[in-house]
This record gives sequence, C-alpha cells and structure tokens, in this order.
Amino acid sequence: MIGILLARGMLIGILAGFLAFGVATLIGEPPVERAIAFEAAQGASHAHDHHDQAAPSAPEGGGHDHHHHHADADDDGEVFSRDTQAGWGLLTGLLVYGAAVGGLFALTYAYAQGRMGALGPRDLAGVLALLGFLALVLVPGLKYPANPPAVGDPDTIQQRTALYFILLILSVAAMVGAMVTARRLTARWGAWNAALAGAALFLAVMVAAGVALPEVNEVPDAFPAQVLWRFRLASWGIHATLWAALGLGYGWLCQAAQSRDLQALRRGDRPALL
Amino acid sequence: MAHATPHSGTPAVALPVISAAELLPWAVFGGLLLVLMVYFVGAEQGATSLIQGRAVHEFVHDARHLLGFPCH
Repeated sequence: MIGILLARGMLIGILAGFLAFGVATLIGEPPVERAIAFEAAQGASHAHDHHDQAAPSAPEGGGHDHHHHHADADDDGEVFSRDTQAGWGLLTGLLVYGAAVGGLFALTYAYAQGRMGALGPRDLAGVLALLGFLALVLVPGLKYPANPPAVGDPDTIQQRTALYFILLILSVAAMVGAMVTARRLTARWGAWNAALAGAALFLAVMVAAGVALPEVNEVPDAFPAQVLWRFRLASWGIHATLWAALGLGYGWLCQAAQSRDLQALRRGDRPALL
Repeated sequence: MAHATPHSGTPAVALPVISAAELLPWAVFGGLLLVLMVYFVGAEQGATSLIQGRAVHEFVHDARHLLGFPCH
C-alpha cells in the first residue's frame, strides 16, 4: 500500500517536473540569461566588485574565478556550456527535484489519509499540496527569495545556505505543529475554528522567525530591478506549477484507484488495494 | 478527465488510516533518500561538498537558481 502510494507520488512528481521545465524555459531562462549578461558586464568593467577592499591587486587564482564561472569559457573544462545548463541540466535538476518532492508528498499523504476528517483523495491531495507550497516555497521565500546569478556574494554562501535551510526546517516544523494543533482542537472547537487556530500558530511562528533571522541583501546596486522581479516571479511560477500538478495529478490518480477498488468490491472481486 | 469518478466531494468510503508503525520504515529510508535527492539538486558543491569538483553544481546550476536555493 505505502509502496504504491510512494511510487505514484514519484511518478506524478516526474511529470510535474516536465511541466515545471516548460515553465522554466518559457519564463525562467530569459531573466537568468539577462542576469548572466549583467554579471559578465560587471566582471569586464572591474575585476571583482565584492567587498574585499584589502587586497585589490593580489593576483589570486582560485579565489575569485567562481565569481563568474557560468561563462563556459573561463576554466577547468569540466564546466558545462550555457546550452547544457539551460537544457539538460535544468531538466535533470527539475525532474530529480520533482521526483523527490513527489515522494515526500506521497509519504505525507500516506500519513494524513484518514486522519484529516472525511476528505476524499482529491480533496486531501489538493489541501496537502497547497499547504506544502505555503510551507516550503511561498512563506520562506518571502524572507529569503530566489536570487538570479550575479546576486549574492560567494563569500557568504555558507551563512546564506545555513539560514535558508534553518528557515525551511522551521517552516515545515511550524506547519506540522499547526496541523497537529488543528487536529487536536477539532473535536472541541469544530473544524473551522480549529483550522483557524492552526493557521494562527503557523503565522505567529513564521512572523517571529522572519523578524529574528538576519536580513540578507546582496543585490548589486546596478542590478536591473525588472530582471530581479521577473526572475523571482518565474521561480514562484515554477514552484506553483510543480505543486499544482502534484496536488491535482496525485489526487486524480488516487481517486481513480479508489473508484476501481470500489467497483471491484461491488462486483465481489478482491480489490487491488485499499 | 472526469470519467467514472464520483462528482460529489465526499467519497462513499473513508480513506484507510495507515498506522505510524507501518509507515515508519518507509518514512525513514525513503525520506532519507528523497531528502538526499533534494540535497544534490539544491546544495551539493555549494556550501558543502560530498563529491570533488563542481560538475554537479554547474550541471544543475539553473535549476538551483530557479528553485530558489542559494547557489553561490
């Protein structure tokens, strides 16, 4: 049973990854290209624009080439061309991510089914996908939004990565806490008020986290605002596509499986699962 | 699209509850593997590296940026 649910989630996740790739190609790659062009122009006008005022003339080899390593020409030969990065690389990344998120979604669904009131497969998958998008993408993204190439100082990647994952884990924990709280309160307060209490808890934790965690702003002064805005919209669009496909597709598959099982039961056959 | 599926929101039967004990091994092993997949797309050869070089980072570069992970 769980194995089938998991496989179903990873399958839908891969399909969702293909859709996300379409969206990424259509609206994500143009701002990425413009950001890389900006980066190349910056790199050409001054050797390095980030804050190492100490040694402006030191000919460091390894220290700074990572600043503009998207350009395919500059080093090692192991670097992929832009076409590969925007094509197979992007597709692979989104498919692997889609399969992984689909699998995690399926495990969550497996635990939630029968535990969230009388929701049917499509309702449950839809609700979970919406909450997943909120907790994993939208809310953490308000604090630490997606950044295109040329935005972000390579020297702070450690801190930024740590902060990002701390917020992500906090957000997931807050969402789990909110759902457990809502479930516990349902008997006493009714579903609507219990859900509101859960939502209030999630909101309170995330607002507190957003205030407590340090701000990160490493957008270069001259970086075009329009490119940044388009890039971040595209990032949300890609995630929204992925989660919508996951929630709708998974619910549809599970509903179809349930209907088949019910028909089998009515005929007196043994159902495939259930 | 809507073939043979009931049109009302509530299904005839409730979904079966899967016990936590039954789910645990799947959640631990499956969950670990799936999180590792997210790690390779989102963070490998960025702040931390399991594999030498930066081929992984460069290959999934665009996906990493567009999915909102800190890239470099």
